[in-house]
Amino acid sequence: MRFQLIGVNHNTAPVEVRERLAIPESRLPEACKKLTEFPGIDEGMILSTCNRVEILANTKNGSGADLRAFLRNYFQLHDADLDKHLYEYREQDAVRHVFRVASSLDSMVVGEPQILGQVKEAYATARAVGAVRAQLDQLVTRAFAVAKRVRTETAVGSSSVSIASVAVDLAKKIFGNLAGKQVFLVGAGKMSELAARHLMAHGCASIFVANRTYERAVSLAYKFKGQAIHFEDLHKTCDRADIVITSTGAPHAIFRREHGELFLSRRKNRPMFFIDIAVPRDVDPAMNKLDGIFVYDIDDLQQAVASHVADRRKEAERAEAIVTVEVERFQARIQTLDVVPTIVSLQDHLETIRQAEIDRVRGRLGPMTPDQELAVEALTRGIVNKIMHTPISALKSAAREPEATTVIDLVRRLFNLQEKRAAKSGGSGESN
Amino acid sequence: MSIFWLRVALGFYGVGLLYALVALTRTSELLNRVALHAAYLGMVFHLVSLTEGVFLADHVTFAMVHNSESLLAFLIMAVFMITYLIYQTTSPGIIVFPLVFLLTFMAATRQQPFLLMSPGLRTSWLFAHIGLIFTGYAALILSFCASVLYLIQQHSLKAKRPNGILSRLPALEDIDQIGYRALLLGFPFMTLGLIAGSVVAQSTYGRIDVQDPKILLSLLMWAVYLVMVYTRWIAGWRGRKAAVMASLAFAAAVVAWAANYFSSIHRFVSS
Repeated sequence: MRFQLIGVNHNTAPVEVRERLAIPESRLPEACKKLTEFPGIDEGMILSTCNRVEILANTKNGSGADLRAFLRNYFQLHDADLDKHLYEYREQDAVRHVFRVASSLDSMVVGEPQILGQVKEAYATARAVGAVRAQLDQLVTRAFAVAKRVRTETAVGSSSVSIASVAVDLAKKIFGNLAGKQVFLVGAGKMSELAARHLMAHGCASIFVANRTYERAVSLAYKFKGQAIHFEDLHKTCDRADIVITSTGAPHAIFRREHGELFLSRRKNRPMFFIDIAVPRDVDPAMNKLDGIFVYDIDDLQQAVASHVADRRKEAERAEAIVTVEVERFQARIQTLDVVPTIVSLQDHLETIRQAEIDRVRGRLGPMTPDQELAVEALTRGIVNKIMHTPISALKSAAREPEATTVIDLVRRLFNLQEKRAAKSGGSGESN
Repeated sequence: MSIFWLRVALGFYGVGLLYALVALTRTSELLNRVALHAAYLGMVFHLVSLTEGVFLADHVTFAMVHNSESLLAFLIMAVFMITYLIYQTTSPGIIVFPLVFLLTFMAATRQQPFLLMSPGLRTSWLFAHIGLIFTGYAALILSFCASVLYLIQQHSLKAKRPNGILSRLPALEDIDQIGYRALLLGFPFMTLGLIAGSVVAQSTYGRIDVQDPKILLSLLMWAVYLVMVYTRWIAGWRGRKAAVMASLAFAAAVVAWAANYFSSIHRFVSS
């Protein structure tokens, strides 16, 4: 087994380079096929997204393949300046990279969930054309399991990193399900509209809009399919809203503590969430002291975003630790699997010799009684087993060591098992 | 044997206790799952213990009296599990687990059970009394847990550190709903339980001794409970005020429970 990976991503290559290497979905199956036909490559898979293009291959025993040459051939590129953008991993490092990519640890926004889906698609495509069969299949399915583990055991994908999504998160912390909640948009502005749109997308029912200029409110309400409110009626209607987003240019606070008290008594103390994006602030900070009213101004939101980013970084460290453990585990497993065919062919080989030798001497011995037949059988079998014992246990114990492949090659060469292995792996590939 | 199974259950609840302590400082999905499974197992053994207690005492009602703490602990766990099934949250466990552990611990180590001996006792009414009151207690305790969680969550939202400790608490309104529903559910149980109790007392002693601390305290508890339901229903009291009310009701319940140890009625001393 020789895993090998080559690619570019958002860190190593600018978009001009990445777009030159991108392979559209329609041409991916054919590209996978070409990859497996390339000299030295047994199995292959191609991942092409807007942030990365990666070629993953399981190369034929021992040799390794020139993946750079494959890239140059496929894209008809001749210039050498591509090389400085490429990264290349082998063996354990390739395994680690695949795990990290699937777990979204190598993404531009660490923890973003799309990448796993993209890897799954790439895998399905390569599998459909038979480019992924045996060991690569194990690697990639293991990567899915690792990604799942990272997702459930760390919070790397859980926190949001924009003001609008932080606002939605906070609203969910207060109201749980946002379905049926009312939003009040006071004043207009890009950021407040974005927040409102996010809230609506998460199930908020309807929206009220108030603005100093009523026409503006009407047009905005039309855009959101909401209801325009005269600015003078703001305090009379505001208690109907669960979430209030304010972004007016007013020099003083529009919502003061006494308003909050009024709202609360009208709402029977049901909680209210004020998102204050305006500077100077529209909501008196004293409001936040009231039981059941939660006020977040722009600084609070930005701080939440910053702490989410920091949290992610911390969680990413834990995720890396998981990946490290998983890489070791995978490595150990794949090596154990790797000695099994050698052991089998060794047994086959010696059994063939034994049978041939018995047949050869049978003519000279003449007819034997069933007892003699049994004795010869037991004798030869015993000898073969004794001889095989040491190499087999050496293979088994080598399976856990890094030099497993060396031991395997040595045994193969000593017993001349070369052709059989090729036949064997071809056979198992077909049956898969 | 029944005490043995109870101690096994106690061991499993201990895992839950551990969860409650750890959950105060950090969250862990794994621990969450472990605690939940431990709680399931604990409940199974607990049920075995209770059932065996019934066979030992040869009578359901006697068994209930003899294992009152144990029964209460079991019912609290049951309510907690129902909450988990509906809201998918183990957060009340922070309070429920230590409480259940304490109750089970008391039950598993106590040597002297209450003595219940009164020949003419109307056992079916007593059965109803205990069953109803305990369900009421369990609901009340859950409601108390919810109001404490509400305060914690409100505080963390106000402090603008929503990612900090306990960030996996359920949403504020969900906690509120858990508390309110538990309250509404528990109140009729408590009321009917007290009525059943007064019937038992009437038939046993011929009159109801209002001077008895147990009865006084039970009435007080019921009154606090009533006020709590009322303020919540009419004025929508939440947060701090509701938590104060819930703590009062909880304290009243604890005192009323403790009155078992010095009330002449509930002693059930053999005559």
